[in-house]
Amino acid sequence: MGDAEIIPIGTRGRPGRGTGTQPSSAARGLAGPPRRRSTPPPGEDAPTDSPDVADPSESDNPPSPEEAPQPPASDRPAASDRSQDPAQAQQTRSGQDGADPRPPTTTEERHPSAGIPVGDWLSAFQHAARELFGEEWEGQLARFLAFLRRRVTGDYVVDEYGFDAEVTQRFFMAALRPIAQKWFRIEVRGIENIPADGGALVVSNHSGTVPVDGLMTMVSIHDHAERFLRPLGADLVFRLPVVNALARKGGATLACQEDAERMLRGGELVGVWPEGFKGIGKPYAERYKLQRFGRGGFVSAALRTGVPIVPLSVVGAEEIYPLVGNVPSLARLLGVPYIPITPLFPLLGPLGLVPLPSKWLLEFGEPIRTDEFEDGAADDPMLVFNVTDQVRETIQQTLYTLLRQRESVFR
Amino acid sequence: MGKVVLVTGVSRDLGRRSARSLASDPAVSRVIGVDAVPPRGDIGEVSFVRADIRTPVIAKVIAKEDVDTVVHMSVIATPGSAGGRGTMKELNVIGTMQLLAACQRAPSVRDVVVKSTTTVYGASSRDPAMFTEDMEPRRAPRAGYAKDVAEVEGYVRGFARRRGDVRVTLLRCANVVGPHVQSPLTSYLRLPVVPTVAGYDPRLQLLHEDDLFAVLHHAVTHEVAGTFNVAGDGVVMLSQALRRLRRPTLALPGFAVGSLGSALRSARVADFSPEQVSFLTYGRGVDTTRMRTELGFHPVRSTAEALTDFGATLPRTGGRAERLLDGLAAAFPEQGETPDRPEPLRPVDDDERRVPGGRHG
Repeated sequence: MGDAEIIPIGTRGRPGRGTGTQPSSAARGLAGPPRRRSTPPPGEDAPTDSPDVADPSESDNPPSPEEAPQPPASDRPAASDRSQDPAQAQQTRSGQDGADPRPPTTTEERHPSAGIPVGDWLSAFQHAARELFGEEWEGQLARFLAFLRRRVTGDYVVDEYGFDAEVTQRFFMAALRPIAQKWFRIEVRGIENIPADGGALVVSNHSGTVPVDGLMTMVSIHDHAERFLRPLGADLVFRLPVVNALARKGGATLACQEDAERMLRGGELVGVWPEGFKGIGKPYAERYKLQRFGRGGFVSAALRTGVPIVPLSVVGAEEIYPLVGNVPSLARLLGVPYIPITPLFPLLGPLGLVPLPSKWLLEFGEPIRTDEFEDGAADDPMLVFNVTDQVRETIQQTLYTLLRQRESVFR
Repeated sequence: MGKVVLVTGVSRDLGRRSARSLASDPAVSRVIGVDAVPPRGDIGEVSFVRADIRTPVIAKVIAKEDVDTVVHMSVIATPGSAGGRGTMKELNVIGTMQLLAACQRAPSVRDVVVKSTTTVYGASSRDPAMFTEDMEPRRAPRAGYAKDVAEVEGYVRGFARRRGDVRVTLLRCANVVGPHVQSPLTSYLRLPVVPTVAGYDPRLQLLHEDDLFAVLHHAVTHEVAGTFNVAGDGVVMLSQALRRLRRPTLALPGFAVGSLGSALRSARVADFSPEQVSFLTYGRGVDTTRMRTELGFHPVRSTAEALTDFGATLPRTGGRAERLLDGLAAAFPEQGETPDRPEPLRPVDDDERRVPGGRHG
């Protein structure tokens, strides 16, 4: 920097404010008066200059060391904009030949990175990487890049239902886990009732206006029993865009006899919610009252494949979106089973979509064996109804027990 | 004395090449190719007879040549060169009727092999994940190729009832892909930018062209009657397939895909029939257990391998993100052991995260 000079505040004898073509007199004053003494070429002090003086509009340019120290040429577009002021223009021009009396402070074009050594950049990057990935960040990052590459090039395997285990484990479960653990504080009981391998049918009550209970059951079983739950979804799930693609990737398939039996024969842990829309869309006043369990199709699927039925009782899901009203005409128009009205939705708009943070209890009951019935039991409707009622009663009684044990809805 | 095989639909590439692969078998003494127009490529030892299967001429061909095996391959998915939809329907349905009528009158005919397609199962949101041979489409097709195929299969079943002494094999083949295949699906995948139905990711099951020739050959030479799904192992999602082919995609709402499709169809670039659009929306999977156990056929290439072979001949139009990632990965030292499957993410409870912004040099 050249010698400092005291600049008196004022107009320096020229008329007042900037008019658009000329800078204001205050700005002209800040540019500095003409100086007699010659200054060194600006290239010499450029690298040590603070980046603050640089034009912020240039800050997203890449650092290029051969460009930064060069003196600003007046024919560059940015500089020529500024050289409207004759005094300024004269100053930049004379700055090049070194005979300029004034220091070229304001028209200096410099990149923000010019002043930061490469080593600092590198250490900053390493620091950030360590913050993000931990101490073994290089390996972590390489593995993450390999994962990204697999996704981008399609180098992954889906099973015949479209289930993508990798993305389910790394994204869906990771995204749902904080909700399950921190928001609903899910407490899981009786996880030992889920067989470690082989087919099994988890039968659960359904509630909560939006099938959050299914997602929470999936993440709880994944975390505690280390198995993927393969949910059976209504055909509405597979009709809706986005939802259907996510459901298939997450391991769901259509709730039909063929798919249920196929999955159970394949040794999967299958989840069903036999109440369906009757359960999930029931008004808040009827909470924890089990609805009809479909037509017992899940029991005949289990009987045909001989897998155990694990009853699951979920407490807490009823309170997340208390359903107090419905718009049947709009629902019919949109082709959905119901349009929910909760105390917060649609009153608070999108904010009403945040579920209430109720405390959840998941209890897996003792498995009901189906391999002891003789062949053809699935074609005996009375037997199927009896087993269905047995499962339903078990879940209902467990719900009452859990409700008695629960201190309050939110605790 | 070997078999005398009559192959219909040899003017098209798949028909011509399957006729050639049949002719190369020593158990087959003579292969007669029949079509309304002459084949364009080399037909080798196949003797070509120009006859329209929509006319009774075909009965004379069968009687004169003493044909004992008929391979029906001229059910077409697109009107293409044949003309309009009306011609296509006539060729598919009336052609099959005439051919089967001729077979019924010909005492020499012992075996009939019909190449059908899994399109007969349709594609909808209420489909089971995997169709077995005895399942019906959830919604009966009302128009187009799917309806043609359903009608053709009906006539084939009727023929099998009336001529109980004839062995009838119906092969429901998944979408055939390969470097030389021209079909609605391959021309769709060959588009430089592939339009997809936004919010849907259908499952695809593919059959390599070599496996198609192999299964036809297998069906001709093995005495197995019945209906069989034929497809490569495994499924791929459409998004996955397009990533593997390095194809950029353009997600459009369903109705826009349909109207874009009709624009592309009039430009003769690709075909988007309504059943093609619903296939690209909901996808389809077929169970091939019966193909393995009863028919005893094992495709050489899986769905993924068929796709790779198809993609090898395709000029790349995308793959920018991959190159970027490769550049990034090259900047990092090679890791000794990279586990195949990433370890599961730790639960949040055990996650001892470092305090952000801890130590600053």
